[in-house]
Amino acid sequence: MAKMTYRDAVRAGMREALLHDPSVFLMGEDVGRYGGTYACSKGFLEEFGPDRIRDTPLSESTFVGAGIGAALGGMRPIVEVMTVNFSLLALDQIVNNAATIRHMSGGQFSVPLIVRIATGAGRQVAAQHSHSFEGWYAHIPGIKVLTPATVTDARGMLLTALKEPDPVFIFEHAYLYPMEGELDEALSVDISTAAIRRRGKDVSLVTYGGSVWKTLQAATGLAEEGIDAEVIDLRVLRPLDAATILGSVKKTHRALIIDEAWRTGSFAAEVSAQIMEGAFYDLDGPVSRVCSVEVPIPYAKHLEDAALPNVEGIMKAVHDLLGRNR
Amino acid sequence: MAEFVMPILGSDMTEGKLVEWKKKPGDRVNKGEIIAEVDTEKATIEVEAFQTGVIERLITSPGDTVPVGTVMAIIREDGKPSAQPKVDVQREQPKKAALPAAPLIPPAPPVGESIRLRISPAAKQLAADLGVDPFTVQGTGPDGAITRQDIEAAGKRVVVPSPTEAAGAAIDRQGRLRQTIAAAMARSKREIPHYYLSTTIDMGRAMTWLTDQNLKRPVTDRLLYGVLLIKAVALALREVPELNGLWKEHGATQSPDIHIGVAIALRQGGLVAPAIHQTDKQTLGELMKSFQEVVKRARAGTLRSSEFSDPTITVTSLGEQGVETVFGVIYPPQVALVGFGKLVERPWVVDGQVAARPVITATLAADHRVTDGHRGAIFLSAVDRLLQEPDAL
Repeated sequence: MAKMTYRDAVRAGMREALLHDPSVFLMGEDVGRYGGTYACSKGFLEEFGPDRIRDTPLSESTFVGAGIGAALGGMRPIVEVMTVNFSLLALDQIVNNAATIRHMSGGQFSVPLIVRIATGAGRQVAAQHSHSFEGWYAHIPGIKVLTPATVTDARGMLLTALKEPDPVFIFEHAYLYPMEGELDEALSVDISTAAIRRRGKDVSLVTYGGSVWKTLQAATGLAEEGIDAEVIDLRVLRPLDAATILGSVKKTHRALIIDEAWRTGSFAAEVSAQIMEGAFYDLDGPVSRVCSVEVPIPYAKHLEDAALPNVEGIMKAVHDLLGRNR
Repeated sequence: MAEFVMPILGSDMTEGKLVEWKKKPGDRVNKGEIIAEVDTEKATIEVEAFQTGVIERLITSPGDTVPVGTVMAIIREDGKPSAQPKVDVQREQPKKAALPAAPLIPPAPPVGESIRLRISPAAKQLAADLGVDPFTVQGTGPDGAITRQDIEAAGKRVVVPSPTEAAGAAIDRQGRLRQTIAAAMARSKREIPHYYLSTTIDMGRAMTWLTDQNLKRPVTDRLLYGVLLIKAVALALREVPELNGLWKEHGATQSPDIHIGVAIALRQGGLVAPAIHQTDKQTLGELMKSFQEVVKRARAGTLRSSEFSDPTITVTSLGEQGVETVFGVIYPPQVALVGFGKLVERPWVVDGQVAARPVITATLAADHRVTDGHRGAIFLSAVDRLLQEPDAL
């Protein structure tokens, strides 16, 4: 076990892949000379050279498309997209090509592509760099959507994803990059299950990505009040591990979903629907959600804070759910 | 051909045990005639036939417990051919847990079906598992929702005899009666927005008249002042008929007949409020006899089905216990309850002079969904006015 930052864990995963597999290469805006927008590829250009660490023009559609082409040609490209907002420019390549080629070629072609995308708010970079669209990607059949929240997952999920024959999208919450954690290198990291980060019996708090830590903090606060919350880190949005969620809800009989995306049409809504479908008769209260306020994420610190899910808000939602606010 | 079904003999009755058939196949039976004796949580009840005809077939055997709505016998109605009943009338007992979907003949409509209980799916499931009636449970969840915890607590508090135990010889009727009352009263207070009115009535004239009357009557025919009160209520209901009726699915229905339910405390505890039919049409003498009869049978546990199911309003009196005022809880699906306290002597102003007069406090608890205080006040005034002219009662 070694202590390291989330950023270094992502870097460690990519470096390992670059060292062990000559077909792996990294491509994206500022990944080379600048060392990556979030410094995840610092030193790579010097270590692996310009053939394998490629700076691209500011054209997401082009370099994601190039990644698809390289994957079709037998390479294992890792494409970095600076923010999820910018990834929308590449949606045509993702939805119409990456996700469909296996299907449309009758299984003849695979697209073993990794796309790493920074997501989320909390860093005062305003409404064009702060949104959480991973839930939209989870709508698309043909791709996998991962949301590592821990240091171990940041490194390990990438390595496991590199063994997949199909496109995998990894959403890294930008707020997590400087966060330190224990890296368990020995742990075999799957990309198919949700993880229970805290066991509890009174309420299931279902979340993922950057909200995991806020939720764990809320659970600690709740424990002081005698409310024993279970925290589920989804880890994988597509395919969703409904069994873990339902198993937890059947035990606690209550569920709160914490999702930094907007509430309307959110991934939280999908989780809620699956709980209704799979555990209705076990529910002791309505499934509730804590999501971001439905505004473009603001620049001003106090407004941004007010727009995002926070520890107090999560605790309050649990109180409401348990009827402790009267 | 008609089906004789296990009737609902109280809004909370779900099943009944056949004690005895009073008729056998081939016997003629008239509508209203007693056909069977049925044991419920509350009492052994003589059940009347709802059709006139000939008993074609008895299906349920004495000793069997069946859910309400179960076909117990087939009656061939006069002028109609014998035919197979449209429902399956196997001797086999229907599953007791399953409530019948069959339409139920005359008995009182089930109460509160229009109002959904605020209960979580998990709590509902647990209630079914533990045999707890959620209608008797106070919710502590958000906005009063009933949660699993509430059901768990209720499950520990009340040990509910299972239907099979109830069918057995040792019925804890006392406990079940208490539970039945609990369910009805909890439902009433939960669903009915009660309002209360009270007025003190000078009983001087009524009591003087009663003393005179009783001197003229043979001892066995003497009247109690209570029948004057019941009769006055019955006649006042003609003037404010909204109070005489039932709250059904989506609103109030006035009853064309006035059947006052009289609350009778049972010696072993608990109470019943059987109907005195056509209260307003009975003379005081008839009413006295009806009253004595119903009290006797209530205490003997032999009330009839219609007496349980027909009351259109309830009158309660706690005067015997020495209290002056009673604010009652409406017995759903009724929409009003009239209470009388103790008859007491009080200084009272009559024609500008203070005099000692016997007075009684009359109260009205009424359903605000159906009537307003204004109508309630007119009703209580009418009771007062009627009691000032005892000759006309």
